[in-house]
Amino acid sequence: MAQVSGQVGSDPTLSGVNPLRTGVSGAATVTRRRAAGRRDNLLAFLFLAPAIVILSVFNFFPLFFSFYISLHNWRIRKVGFVGLANYAEALQKREFWQALGNTVYYVIGTVPITMALALFIAYLLFQKVRFLSFFRTVYFLPYVTSSVAAAAIWTWIFNARSGILNQLLSGTGTQLRWLLEPKGVFAMMADRVGLTMPSFLHGPSLALVAIMAVAIWHLLGFDIVIFLAGLGNINKELYEAARIDGAGEWAIFRRITIPLLAPTISFLTIISTIGAFKAFNEIYVMSLSTGGNSAKAGNPLGSTQTVVVYVYNQFYSSQRLGYGSAVAFLLFAIIFALTVLQLWHGRRREAM
Amino acid sequence: MATSSTTFGGARATGRPRPTRTPGQIAGRVATYLLLSLGAVGAAFPFFWMLTTSLKTRNEAVATRPSVFPANPQWGNYVEAWNTAPFGRYFFNTTFIAIMVVLGMLVTTVLAAYAFARLEFSGKNIVFALFLATMMIPFEATLIPNYVTITRLPNPGTLRLMGDFPFLAMAASWYNTYWALIIPWTANVVSIFLLRQFFISMPQELYDAAALDGCGHLRTLWSIMLPLARAPLAATIIFSFLGSWNSLLWPLLVTGKEELRPLQLGLTYFVNAESNDPQLLMAASAFTILPIIVIYFIAQRQFIEGIASSGLKG
Repeated sequence: MAQVSGQVGSDPTLSGVNPLRTGVSGAATVTRRRAAGRRDNLLAFLFLAPAIVILSVFNFFPLFFSFYISLHNWRIRKVGFVGLANYAEALQKREFWQALGNTVYYVIGTVPITMALALFIAYLLFQKVRFLSFFRTVYFLPYVTSSVAAAAIWTWIFNARSGILNQLLSGTGTQLRWLLEPKGVFAMMADRVGLTMPSFLHGPSLALVAIMAVAIWHLLGFDIVIFLAGLGNINKELYEAARIDGAGEWAIFRRITIPLLAPTISFLTIISTIGAFKAFNEIYVMSLSTGGNSAKAGNPLGSTQTVVVYVYNQFYSSQRLGYGSAVAFLLFAIIFALTVLQLWHGRRREAM
Repeated sequence: MATSSTTFGGARATGRPRPTRTPGQIAGRVATYLLLSLGAVGAAFPFFWMLTTSLKTRNEAVATRPSVFPANPQWGNYVEAWNTAPFGRYFFNTTFIAIMVVLGMLVTTVLAAYAFARLEFSGKNIVFALFLATMMIPFEATLIPNYVTITRLPNPGTLRLMGDFPFLAMAASWYNTYWALIIPWTANVVSIFLLRQFFISMPQELYDAAALDGCGHLRTLWSIMLPLARAPLAATIIFSFLGSWNSLLWPLLVTGKEELRPLQLGLTYFVNAESNDPQLLMAASAFTILPIIVIYFIAQRQFIEGIASSGLKG
């Protein structure tokens, strides 16, 4: 094994970077490849065919089909061509902007907090603690739990009448309606001190904030594992050198750990942001069971209706496939822009 | 490494903090464990509360001042919850779907990854770029067209169950079939990419040796590469299985029949129907979570390493 891996395998620039270059390890291989070139074409096609068929039908085609549907009034089947009217309608509707606002609240309220908490915990775990595997197991458990079951448990914890949270709060005289509360959290805080907030500053509803807390609990373990791997990749001699130079723990964290974790942080930022834009399961289960209308998610009063939930509602309870597709296409445009931004950012960093 | 450097340095008092710790360091240590334990309690509490609620009587569960533990553990809650909805059927559906998804994913992934890593063919870079581009199309954005596609694909018939959802009942399509729940998930670009990286990282000599011994590509892939690819395969299997096991949105759209509901969807309906019986809800949640937790404890290393490696790629 050690002998065979001598030439190509041990060269990090060859392995894994350029698929075309790795083939060039000897003249004999090249000639054999050339001679067999035609056969490889057929074989490659056969090897790729299953994946190409599935991806074309369920990933590529639907993107164009989605746009096509969005240009129509489409109920259970196509009714008529309406051009961009569905997009115009979405952009004029308060409900759409509320859903987009909720999504942005959800992204801002979950991604940075989850990452900061995860980095903090990972950093603590990295200080050669005992029971590392025990802690890691416990923190990771929520991540493997299905979001439906997690949402069911938390719905019960948040239960306004006999949930444990209100029990714990009962000593303070405060009782909250949690998942039933459509009022913005900032507005509620302002109420406490007798102020009134302008409506654009009301903030996410308490119900949405509760759902965000569940999302943070659910995803924390994933971020911790990624951060632990990132921390493990930092050269320990850098820490030693800094200590010898008399750097304190905070300085080391600020000046060494954070800059060297930058790739990990940017990776997590992008996949968590995209994930948060697409979040559905928890929101669906926790908002469905608290509203009167069981066919529609996003209760109470649409205050937890994110864009994906909105698309679902358009499809499922209104059966407006054309309009729903238009909204979904707008969501795609946002996520696509984010991904491109990330790729561009990543490339720029590589070039530096 | 670490031990040798300490023994050498230990000849002189190098100021290594190992033997005696300053009070500040001890306090830091205590604070670390305190914070970690606090976090662990926060992470684990919902599980504890689920278990203890699942063993209460209904009156104990909904009492305005609930006790922490039940007076008498009501194990019967689990039986009752299991019998209130067809959970056996849900479990079968989810397991069947997840296993089929994993098998299908393995076939498409292994073949495509090998082609990208080891075969020379025209248009390779373009095809690969197109594959990667599909990662930018979130499934959530293509729900509706995929649903329409499903209602139009001709039904192969063997696994078909008739739809009974009035406005959606479209016989002779993939709607309300296992096909709809399985096939769209049997190709996964992330897995293909992961495995392709692995095949590329294998030394060229291994492939040359196989070719000299007269192995064709298929033979090389099957008897040489796959046995070596256990770690990346385990990671892709775990993620594909977990994704399938936990999916909700897609089954919600393409199944209108109780017989076809996977576990998560069944549990969702259960949550809505039984919201007045929290003890049953918690019991159902508990046995829904259990299989995944068992798998997690068995394959913990693969879980953690799989996730960690996916992060380092980025």
